[in-house]
Amino acid sequence: MFGQYYHLLDHLAGYASWWLIGVLFLIGLYGIIVKENLLKKIMALNVMQVAVILFFLNTAQKSGATLAVLLPGETAGAVDVYVNPLPAALMLTAIVVSLAVMGVAMALVIQVYRCYGSLEEPEVLRRMHK
Amino acid sequence: MTAEAVFSVAPLVAVLISLAAAGLILFCGGRPDLREGVTMVAAVAKFAVVLSMLPAVLGGAVVETAPLDIARGIALHFRVDAFGLLFALLASGLWIITSVYSIGYMRSLKYGHETGYYASFAVCLSAAAGIAMSGNLLTFFIFYEILTIATYPLVVHRRNAEAVSGGREYMVYLLLAGQVLFIAVAWAHYLVPGAAFTPGGFLAGAGASVLALQALFVLFMVGVGVKAAVIPLHGWLPTAMVAPTPVSALLHAVAVVKAGAFAVVRVTGFVFGPELMGELGVGVVLAWLAAATIIFASLRALSEDHLKRRLAYSTVSQLSYVVLGAALATPAAMLGAMFHIVAHAFMKITLFFCAGAIYATTHKEYIRELDGLGRRMPYTMGAFAAAALAITGMPLLVGFVSKWNLGLGAVQAGQPVFIAVLIGSALLNAAYFFPIVYRAYFGRAGEEAAHAAGEAPEVAIPAAGEQVAAAGETVAPGGEAKPSMLVPLLITAAAALVLGVLPNLGLQFYTLAQMAAAAVAGGGPGPAGGGM
Amino acid sequence: MNEHLPILLIIIPLIVAMAARLSVRLSVPFTRGLVLAAALAVLACGAGALAETLARGEPWSYHVSGWPPPWGIELVIDPLSGGLAVLVAFFGLAALVYAGPYLQGRTPREQGSFYALFLLTMAGLLGMCVTGDLFNLFVFLEISSLAAYALIAFGGRRAIVAALRYLIIGTAAACFYLLGVGYLYAVTGSLNMADLAVLLPPLMDSPAVILAVVLIVAGLGIKTALFPLHGWLPDAYSYAPAPVLAFLAAVMTKVSAYALYRILYFVTEAAGPVSVTLEVLGWMAAAGILFGSVMAIAQRDFWRMLAYSSVAQVGYIILGLAVGNVLALYGALLHIVSHSLAKGGLFFVAGGVNWETGVRRVPDFVGMAGKMPLTMAAFVVAAFSMIGLPPTLGFFSKWYLVLGCLEAGAWVFVAVLIVSSLLTAVYFFRVIENAYLKGKDDARAAPPFRPAGRRFRLELPAGMLLPILVLSIGVAVLGLFNEQIISNVIHYALPGMLP
Repeated sequence: MFGQYYHLLDHLAGYASWWLIGVLFLIGLYGIIVKENLLKKIMALNVMQVAVILFFLNTAQKSGATLAVLLPGETAGAVDVYVNPLPAALMLTAIVVSLAVMGVAMALVIQVYRCYGSLEEPEVLRRMHK
Repeated sequence: MTAEAVFSVAPLVAVLISLAAAGLILFCGGRPDLREGVTMVAAVAKFAVVLSMLPAVLGGAVVETAPLDIARGIALHFRVDAFGLLFALLASGLWIITSVYSIGYMRSLKYGHETGYYASFAVCLSAAAGIAMSGNLLTFFIFYEILTIATYPLVVHRRNAEAVSGGREYMVYLLLAGQVLFIAVAWAHYLVPGAAFTPGGFLAGAGASVLALQALFVLFMVGVGVKAAVIPLHGWLPTAMVAPTPVSALLHAVAVVKAGAFAVVRVTGFVFGPELMGELGVGVVLAWLAAATIIFASLRALSEDHLKRRLAYSTVSQLSYVVLGAALATPAAMLGAMFHIVAHAFMKITLFFCAGAIYATTHKEYIRELDGLGRRMPYTMGAFAAAALAITGMPLLVGFVSKWNLGLGAVQAGQPVFIAVLIGSALLNAAYFFPIVYRAYFGRAGEEAAHAAGEAPEVAIPAAGEQVAAAGETVAPGGEAKPSMLVPLLITAAAALVLGVLPNLGLQFYTLAQMAAAAVAGGGPGPAGGGM
Repeated sequence: MNEHLPILLIIIPLIVAMAARLSVRLSVPFTRGLVLAAALAVLACGAGALAETLARGEPWSYHVSGWPPPWGIELVIDPLSGGLAVLVAFFGLAALVYAGPYLQGRTPREQGSFYALFLLTMAGLLGMCVTGDLFNLFVFLEISSLAAYALIAFGGRRAIVAALRYLIIGTAAACFYLLGVGYLYAVTGSLNMADLAVLLPPLMDSPAVILAVVLIVAGLGIKTALFPLHGWLPDAYSYAPAPVLAFLAAVMTKVSAYALYRILYFVTEAAGPVSVTLEVLGWMAAAGILFGSVMAIAQRDFWRMLAYSSVAQVGYIILGLAVGNVLALYGALLHIVSHSLAKGGLFFVAGGVNWETGVRRVPDFVGMAGKMPLTMAAFVVAAFSMIGLPPTLGFFSKWYLVLGCLEAGAWVFVAVLIVSSLLTAVYFFRVIENAYLKGKDDARAAPPFRPAGRRFRLELPAGMLLPILVLSIGVAVLGLFNEQIISNVIHYALPGMLP
């Protein structure tokens, strides 16, 4: 019934996802800049990383396509049938990287809390320069 | 005109000898005799190496080393022409004399940490030789900056607050000038990539606009003018008088200020050239600036009571003779300028040696304390009087030769007004030097000493181990300076006398200057007055 | 073996990093030997790879696991990346030698962690140098940065906060960079640099590419500490342990600057957004040079002074990249070398002085020349190079930069460079004055008492003194031979000079 609008909707849907990713990235950036709690900053950092990961995955998407697994009955060269697997592979690496970042960040946060007894950045800085 | 080139490592060796000496001096710092022996050996060896180039250069050739590519498109290149050799001979020759003197001086005034002093001294001389023999602007600039840096430890040698602030002022002036010169050198390199110094200048064919070249000239003159102490860029020189006297002698007569004056001539004669300067109209401005410096500095010297500082202002004034000659850029003026580098070196080094000998022996550094010193130190004051006479331009003394040529040059340039400047300056010179001589010989020592003791608290406190004439004491027998100080100053004074009669004696300074001036003017015959 | 040199550059430090953490339980000296041997091997690999590419006269492309680009990861050794890899490896070795005495008194566990993290940083930086893939560059960037955060945190209580703040800013920067790469990927479908260089030119004016360039420049600008994105640097540099600091200051910002250069000159072309970007970068660099110099003058803490000086000096490099003619690029690339040597040496000196006497503040340097003559002599040489006095290497990089600016008619930049030299002279001469001229009277009043047994005691442990002296001699000697570096390496590191 909406067959003739299908492409339009698809288009809109595509754009909406881009916008959402952009908003997500900016939320992360906002958090990093504005939040004073170090833990919240790190959470915001993670939001930013996730936005970038989603961005990459989004570039791979095609409507109606499926995973890049060679199913019986499909030919290997039929690119229309498959989602681009490369971004997914890249993002696996990126996720690992972000995991490592979180690990180091958490270790540092724990150390900061041990040393200064606080995670509020202004307070930590005040105690640091004391 | 392209001179025949003789390839030789001698210039490089001459530069490296004193650098190596500096290293050795630092290495055997603990043993004063060895340290000073190294200094002397290096000085003599260096002079011999420089001297070995004299025959070739007198034969009209240019001594070159193989260029060492030090930056893309421009090489570290030594190329000794007549003018360069003139300065190199002068610097290395006077280093021997200054070394003897400074050994005597530093041993009588125990300042301590002399190893650094001798090492810096050697580096200075290395840089001065490098400046003299450099064949292009980059090489020149490298040694120019090394000289600036190497002089700094000498200026601050005393390590007291006064020395530190004097050194700071020295550094501010000279680093600033160095950076300005840096732009100028880079710009000139950009206009004419890798150009070597050419008699008559190489910028004429660069195709830059008049305005750009004028700006470049200003940059160059600010860059080298600070070292040459052209007013208003002279402020550092009197302050730098806090240095020990041999250093002042070095600064004024041998290396630093002289290097500035040398650089002015190099830039006007060998980078821009007289013709281009005439077209740009910058020569006249520079000449007037020099004239103003000559007169102003002489006036300033009149009111200075500190002996060394009065000598410093005298240097400011005298070196502007060189600048004046370089600015007029006629053959005779160039000759006068170049020869005045030599003449002034001998005269001023004598004066400073005298001042140093007086200070080291009696700890007097103000002119008002010098009464009766002529009887106590007859040789020293005799040398002082001779050098002072020479500076005023008394005929038959060395100062006259250069002044005569400068006057001729002013006439050649059609600006005889500068003769008036020269005469005025001679009168002023007499006015600020003769009172010193008069005081020394005819002043009343007893009264004056009592007077000074009551009124001059800033008289230096005698250092340990120093024999000091007690206040009120009349002529002390044997009050002369030590031989190691006395002999050098007598030699230089004698040179100042003899060169006035026979300007070519020994090292052919006059012929070298003539050759260089003729080359700048475009191969014309030697100027009038050459046969002096 | 020989044909695998590019990957060995990365693999050796990675493997030894893990091995070091384990073997330290057995023996600390063995671990230290292992780590030093690894660093030496990496240096040899780098030198071999550089020599090989110079001999070939073309970039040496290495396909990891045999996958051909643009599908697989490509490592590219050309004179630029090879030269920088050698620099990184050299500084890694120097800092590791230096770190020996510095780590005494730490537990074996801590020492093992230190060595492991240090080698990881090295591996990351070397990977950034040699990779030919934009995403791979991100991965190596994160490896080096993460290890560096942890290393900075070694510096004690304050360093932890500095490290955490650096982590937040640095990771955000990496996100920016990755997002920019994402845009390039979305537009071209490729991540290989050589491939992108072919695909991108027709697309240069598309909004996605503009956005990509802006994001990448912002990300790498933060990592390079380009003003005004330098905020993380002073704290991180003030509190990190000296060997780490010297290594980071010498090469970490440089590698990011290199990545910027690589992307702007080898991947994109100087058209459309890139030329505007370069113009903006030039002005940012000029402002950074002045800002960094002025702030350095305002510091009383020696380390912080050097940190701000880094902000200024990195500006020199970016300024040269921004001007972008041949001479300016010579200047920028030579300045990478000269600033690495000088600043690395200065931080080594700072660490040595602090180690021996506990002094950090400039006013406390009084009389230091008497206590540590060799160290302070090295300091003077390095300082001269920073000021740009001949014949040190710093003079020649400035010489090319000024010539490049003259050729481009950028007089403002010439003035900035000159003014910065003078400002640099101000803050270094303050230290020299304190160290050499003041406090002499005390020294003479009480001549240093040297018991016979300690007569030949060096002023610092040999492991610390050696890198200091090597670097300062290098600054002076390479100055005289800079033409060789330029003609043989840097000249071929310019875009278009190698086929």
